[in-house]
Amino acid sequence: MEIPRHWRLKKQRYGLVGEVCPHCDYKIFPPRDVCPNCGDEAKDLFTFSGKGQVYSFTTIYEAPTGYDSSAPYTVALVKLDEGPIITAQLTDVEGSSVEIGMPVEMVTRKMRDDGDERGILVYSYKFRPSLLVPQAHHPAG
Amino acid sequence: MREVAILGIGQTVVDEQWNKSLKEIGGEAAFAALEDAGLQRAEALFVGNMLSPLVSGQNQLGTFFADWIGMWSRESVKIEAACGSGAAAFRAGLMAVASGEVETALVVGVEKMTDKAGHDVTAALATAADADYEVEQGVSFVSLNALVMRRYMYEFGWKHADFAPFSINAHANAVHNPFARLHDLITLEQFEKSSMVATPINLLDASPVGDGAAAAVIVPAEKVRGFAGRPKVTVAGSAAATDTMAVHSRKDPMFLSAAYHSSRRAYEMAGIGPQDIDVFELHDAFSIMTALSLEACGFAERGQGPRLGLDNEIRVAGRIPVCTRGGLKARGHPVGATGMYQIVEVVQQLRGECGKTQVDGARIGMAQNIGGSGATILTHILRATSD
Repeated sequence: MEIPRHWRLKKQRYGLVGEVCPHCDYKIFPPRDVCPNCGDEAKDLFTFSGKGQVYSFTTIYEAPTGYDSSAPYTVALVKLDEGPIITAQLTDVEGSSVEIGMPVEMVTRKMRDDGDERGILVYSYKFRPSLLVPQAHHPAG
Repeated sequence: MREVAILGIGQTVVDEQWNKSLKEIGGEAAFAALEDAGLQRAEALFVGNMLSPLVSGQNQLGTFFADWIGMWSRESVKIEAACGSGAAAFRAGLMAVASGEVETALVVGVEKMTDKAGHDVTAALATAADADYEVEQGVSFVSLNALVMRRYMYEFGWKHADFAPFSINAHANAVHNPFARLHDLITLEQFEKSSMVATPINLLDASPVGDGAAAAVIVPAEKVRGFAGRPKVTVAGSAAATDTMAVHSRKDPMFLSAAYHSSRRAYEMAGIGPQDIDVFELHDAFSIMTALSLEACGFAERGQGPRLGLDNEIRVAGRIPVCTRGGLKARGHPVGATGMYQIVEVVQQLRGECGKTQVDGARIGMAQNIGGSGATILTHILRATSD
């Protein structure tokens, strides 16, 4: 049932492909038809670097159906280096070690399976502490 | 557009109503509002609801309820705007009557939430967020608010305990509301030690869901006379505004721009400002939302919302009483019905029917209902007149 939906989103989920506005150069993720900065048409693809920093985060203890087995897990608002903020899970972190401003980078991880009914494995972007920026509390890996 | 008045109100208790179905709960509030208005039925019905297809497997609620309450052949439609469905339905009914198209409109906000298990309801509530780019990341609705709250505390320097007065006030007021879900007082210590839902939001920051319905009958103001003990309640202002669907798309995730825009338009329509509001039923789904609503509507400076709680300004006797019947936090949050509870409660305040949580001399009240994490916001200003 949801196969086409997951397929349609593959560039965004695996490649962090958004857009750059041809009129004002604003970087856009997720892609949309109208630039949120200038209101003009947006359509040119732009691949984000996957680098950013934690703008905010929360550790979820009561999860929605399909995510119960992962709880507790941490979701963040990640401010990408190119500008936009996206919602993404953090991985390779202990909840207590996360801080606002922490540098993170995109990785591809399994999000959830579609239950026993179909067994589709959904992969998407998550973010982990950046390996390129050594920090006292996140030793370079 | 002609002026419109609220002729009748009705509500059910907010609770886990295991013994009652979706239709019985909605019908109870509808009949109560019609009886309060002295009418048998209305010309048109507007139903506010969010979850019935997901929780009850029932769609087409307009006809579903017209059929149940005996309004066969009358116009009826369901309006959906997530947790803002109640006020969205009210505004639809309001426009129908104000335009002259309809002489009497019945608006019912109704939600049946306890027919599914907790994590299924959590998933159903998450449909208010962006399915592809928020929900797919395992986001619960609570967690979106938690992301906003964490950043807000970081930017403005508040501690979690600074939000406690919002929840403590709501619980204190709900004790006197027989329709409220919760009737227990809470302390700062309980607030700080409550179990975690999504950090930094714990159980006592969050409103409890429940089954419930609230309703109102709307008619042209010229057809209503106020009398001693029951003033005429008119709709002085009504406005709706939207923001981005996803929290991450906002230029400033800590500002409720839809609350700003809808409240400013409603103030303008009513010819008043925030200083004229005697009572404010706001959308305290989470304690952070109380702070953000107070700021966006002009009662506090940016980042200073918690100060109103700490200074007791939000109490019944304070400068801007909020959640006087318990708010979402303690009256309960039957999501698509909540906006209609707020309208009903403001009418109760303007009629002077609130007993121990009555705001002295309340003449102008405001109700603000939020759908999604600030994505749809409707503001209504009601006024008591004695003519």
